[in-house]
Amino acid sequence: MDDFLIRAGIAGLLVAALAGPLGAFVVWRRMAYFGATLSHSALLGIALGLLMGVAPLFGVVAVGIVVALMLGFGNRGGKAGVLSEDTLLGIMAHGTLAVVLVVISFMDDVRFGLMGYLFGDILAVGTGDLYVLFGGSVVVLLALAVLWRPLLAATVNEELARVEGVPVAAVRIGYMVLLAVTVALAMKIVGILLVTSLLIIPAAAARWHSRTPEQMAVLAALVGGVSVLGGLAASYIVDTPSGPSIVVVALVLFVLARAMATVTR
Amino acid sequence: MSDDYLIKADGIEVSIGGRRILSHADARVGAGEIVTLIGPNGAGKTTLLRVMLGLMSADRGTVQRRAELTIGYMPQKLVLDPALPLTVNGFLGLGIPRGDTGHGRRLAVLDEVGAGLVADSPIGDISGGEMQRVLMARALLREPDLLVLDEPVQGVDVVGQADLYALIRHIRDDRGCAVLMVSHDLHVVMAATDRVICLNQHVCCAGHPETVSRHPEFVSMFGENVAAELAVYHHRHDHDHDVHGDVVPHHDHDHDHEDYSHG
Repeated sequence: MDDFLIRAGIAGLLVAALAGPLGAFVVWRRMAYFGATLSHSALLGIALGLLMGVAPLFGVVAVGIVVALMLGFGNRGGKAGVLSEDTLLGIMAHGTLAVVLVVISFMDDVRFGLMGYLFGDILAVGTGDLYVLFGGSVVVLLALAVLWRPLLAATVNEELARVEGVPVAAVRIGYMVLLAVTVALAMKIVGILLVTSLLIIPAAAARWHSRTPEQMAVLAALVGGVSVLGGLAASYIVDTPSGPSIVVVALVLFVLARAMATVTR
Repeated sequence: MSDDYLIKADGIEVSIGGRRILSHADARVGAGEIVTLIGPNGAGKTTLLRVMLGLMSADRGTVQRRAELTIGYMPQKLVLDPALPLTVNGFLGLGIPRGDTGHGRRLAVLDEVGAGLVADSPIGDISGGEMQRVLMARALLREPDLLVLDEPVQGVDVVGQADLYALIRHIRDDRGCAVLMVSHDLHVVMAATDRVICLNQHVCCAGHPETVSRHPEFVSMFGENVAAELAVYHHRHDHDHDVHGDVVPHHDHDHDHEDYSHG
């Protein structure tokens, strides 16, 4: 097997391992639109990174964390709280996308592979990328392990968690930052437009076959992993675009999981 | 009254969106005491509770807690997103500190509140009455000094309500923890309440509930045992409220409750 394919497989599995548990929280906390906003703003991070001559990944992480903090602190009610979070997310998602497209038009000297960032380029993952991805995954998963119980308690019921002494706001912002980092890491693999689907589809497929949150998180990671390998295989054999192929396999698994849930009931 | 309180709220004022919810509301709970907040809908009972729990800040007034007070809180209702798979057992584990999550202890507390059978059920599958008991178990697992219950019998039928109130009294007697709860029913207050605080934006009156009045309707409808658990709290105010909630003085000023001034 070719080296690039092995690198692509490892990278995809790492992203799936991240997207599983973090995506489960996206589903539980109804933050699908937040994930989409993060990935749109990630594009802004890339553009800024290129403009300022730093690695795009740092730009993405920085912008993602800024967006996470803005939403985490901004959504505090008061006079500003009359607009729903949904609306604010919509404004940020499409606003940042528009700003990026305008910024790109000024970047004559820098080649901006927009399509690559939108749809991912998993087959172009290099050894250096793998190290970054591996390190990032370990850090995010360790942080999530620490955050797991308080985050779960706050997800189940925020007020109960607060009375029981969980620092709810800090936990929520911590999770948003982890999600921002995950989006930044996953972007290279499946592209910005498909990051959200890798977060949501495997977790949703896992729901019908889980009794505990932990089961759902692990099962989501497995579904994501199978999607990555299946999509890569399709891409290799039938020469389909890799990022979309991964999501298509995830979609098929989702439909299968739904059908199995009906049959076994 | 002595200063030996677990939690004390003084002169609480809260307005939401320009509407006055609470003005000069006071409440305190002593060790081992059962205190019930009653009053009509919109009287600010839940708001006062939330301020005392620290879930909400007051525009004016202070809340003091005894140092290292452990509170077990039972919210009015808990709606779980069905996308989150969770067993009753897993739910209980979330409320107690890590390393103190013994399965046996959780089962024992579930048995104590009469919900031992649902320990391994998905939390979305249990009934409203079972959910109230599970919420109670989660609060009790924290070994609280103070149990705070926001309308603990909501969504439970009348016989189940009597059971739950009896359970609350047993818990207090067994564990010695104080109880602060909200009931929106002005007329039915449990026999076991030590002190009733009647709230309508401010504290209208507070004091020991009258001895159980064996209302013939209750006795005939639910039998002697249930009727004994429920008391009809006949109390008289020293004033009435007009349609705007403003105080209208009453001619008859003799009453046997603690007097509150309405400043």
